[in-house]
Amino acid sequence: MSSLSVFVEGIGLWSPALGDFAALRAQEHGQAVTPPPAKLPATFLPANERRRAPESVLLAVEVAGQAVAMSERSASELPCVFSSAYGDQLISDYMCATLALAPTELSPTRFHNSVHNAPAGYWTIATGCHAASSAICAGPASFGAGLLEAASFSQAEQRPVLLVCSDIAGSGPVGEMNGSRTNFGCALVLAPEQGLHSLAKLVLTLEPHAGLALHPGPPSGAWHEANATAASAWPLLQNLAHGEGHCTLAAAATLALRVSMEKVA
Amino acid sequence: MSVPIQPLAVSAYTATSALGHGLESHVAALAASRGALRPNDFSSAPLACWIGRVDGVEEASLPAAHAVWECRNNRLAWLGLHQDHFLERALDARQRYGAARVALVLATSTASMGATEEAYRRLDEQGQIPPDLRRPLIHSPHSLAGFVAEALGLEGPCLTVSTACSSSAKVFANAERLIRLGLVDAAVVGGVDTLCDSVLFGFNALELVSPEPCRPFDQARRGISVGEAAGFALLERIEAAPRALRLLGYGESSDAHHMSTPHPDGLGAELALRDALARAGLRADQVDYINLHGTASHKNDEVEAALIARTFPASTRASSTKGYTGHTLGAAGILEAAFSLLAIQYGLVPGSLGCTTPDAACGPQLALENEQRQINVALSNSFGFGGNNACLAFGRAPA
Repeated sequence: MSSLSVFVEGIGLWSPALGDFAALRAQEHGQAVTPPPAKLPATFLPANERRRAPESVLLAVEVAGQAVAMSERSASELPCVFSSAYGDQLISDYMCATLALAPTELSPTRFHNSVHNAPAGYWTIATGCHAASSAICAGPASFGAGLLEAASFSQAEQRPVLLVCSDIAGSGPVGEMNGSRTNFGCALVLAPEQGLHSLAKLVLTLEPHAGLALHPGPPSGAWHEANATAASAWPLLQNLAHGEGHCTLAAAATLALRVSMEKVA
Repeated sequence: MSVPIQPLAVSAYTATSALGHGLESHVAALAASRGALRPNDFSSAPLACWIGRVDGVEEASLPAAHAVWECRNNRLAWLGLHQDHFLERALDARQRYGAARVALVLATSTASMGATEEAYRRLDEQGQIPPDLRRPLIHSPHSLAGFVAEALGLEGPCLTVSTACSSSAKVFANAERLIRLGLVDAAVVGGVDTLCDSVLFGFNALELVSPEPCRPFDQARRGISVGEAAGFALLERIEAAPRALRLLGYGESSDAHHMSTPHPDGLGAELALRDALARAGLRADQVDYINLHGTASHKNDEVEAALIARTFPASTRASSTKGYTGHTLGAAGILEAAFSLLAIQYGLVPGSLGCTTPDAACGPQLALENEQRQINVALSNSFGFGGNNACLAFGRAPA
């Protein structure tokens, strides 16, 4: 088998211009959209955790919370996959700078917040979720690989799964290495079977040896080129906003993932 | 409750740690109860602690074709791939199934962070990363899997799992799902983590680093010793290797408790354990050996000891091997999977090196000295920051 199907039950989205999926849909239908406030609400976190949590966690929790709310599923029951191409780049910059100057002054809190699974940790703690949680990356293919991982989990285990893909803007010398210049996150609740809350059916097909087809085109100046996750997720999110369409995502360096969207009956 | 899975063949595996390069050196060290921790000679500034450092990493330069991936973590990966004929076995699987039908799922907690740290120690006059390290691929958490995918020429699903110290146990679960769904026919799984300032000074800041060689489960334990390791395994359907040792099951769970301390009752650890037994179709009393997470941190060992004491009969033997290798973080899952497989293969329960007076929470299962006995089923526990837990179950092919 080289294809599998999942049903989308919830969609979360955050960028400096779009505060949720409704805003994207409005924009795609030609309506004016008010940008969200700069401060991420991340209301799924208790207030004290929200103060402590780093930016990468606030972003991931915000979009995760939106998707779960839309699905009307219980967050505590959902296995979750958190994907990020670069993790918390602000903390990476802080840690490397501190280690170069005064290593024994490294902040213990920032150290434990530096793990790639910090968003998964904060999320499962805030929602009381004891299910499997994962944190993954796949370079520029992190969104497609995350979608494949969450969909295969959902189908193999016959359980709904939360997928969260997010990257914050980079900072410092290491930030310049990956060109991530803006915050972007999106999240999907994916179910193995059609249900009352199904918004769309996604048929995922692996198309190997697709190297050249996956090379990005020349930069067009579009905003989503300033974030690895935004650039790769954007075609699918637009299809979701329009309710139809096909797109091809990178799932690995030469592995394409064709995503065909079908309306649900 | 999870349902039993079809076991998978572990048709090849290998490990490289402070104990040596490849499995033979590990068996020899365990049999002789010879640990490999040394006073810290690694960090860029002095830090009084003990580490599990792999010899020869600095010399294991990458072939020119892969020079863009050069960094110490990928050197350890390259060194590890060459032990126990693993590279040949992986290439053979690629040949048999096709490059797109073999998944690559690798774990790391810090990937090539050591190279980024080095770049910050010698920024150029403009405050930028110096030219020789201005290679974006190595300043990404996907550096390890990206390099190994290229080195093995694999073109199937390729994923980095980074859930701190449970990472390289979880890769077995990712691979099993992909094989079960028929998306691939085989998977190379594993993990590589190298020593770097981030983890040495990070765990030091959390006051979790022991000033002496770590002593898992001992009453007088004073914290962890950080180590490094590389390990890999090749997973296939059992028809492809009917006599090979097997992955029988796995469990995954979340504590939902705290970012850096375990649930006080071991709730998540127990859920992962029960999940693994359910998938393997096993009762607790069928488990012969458990390679414990046993980091020698005060909390982990207390919670894990109580879980083992209340769940298993005394005939189940349990030990931590971190006294031999140190805590190899994102590589601990695969290294200790290898110890569990070796335990079955050689009938060897390794003693808990460093433990002389067990914590009061320990039950009669804890093996202090080496024991020789038939081992048919072995478990391996791996727990990480963020309350991320995994448990693996391995066994032998039926006689």
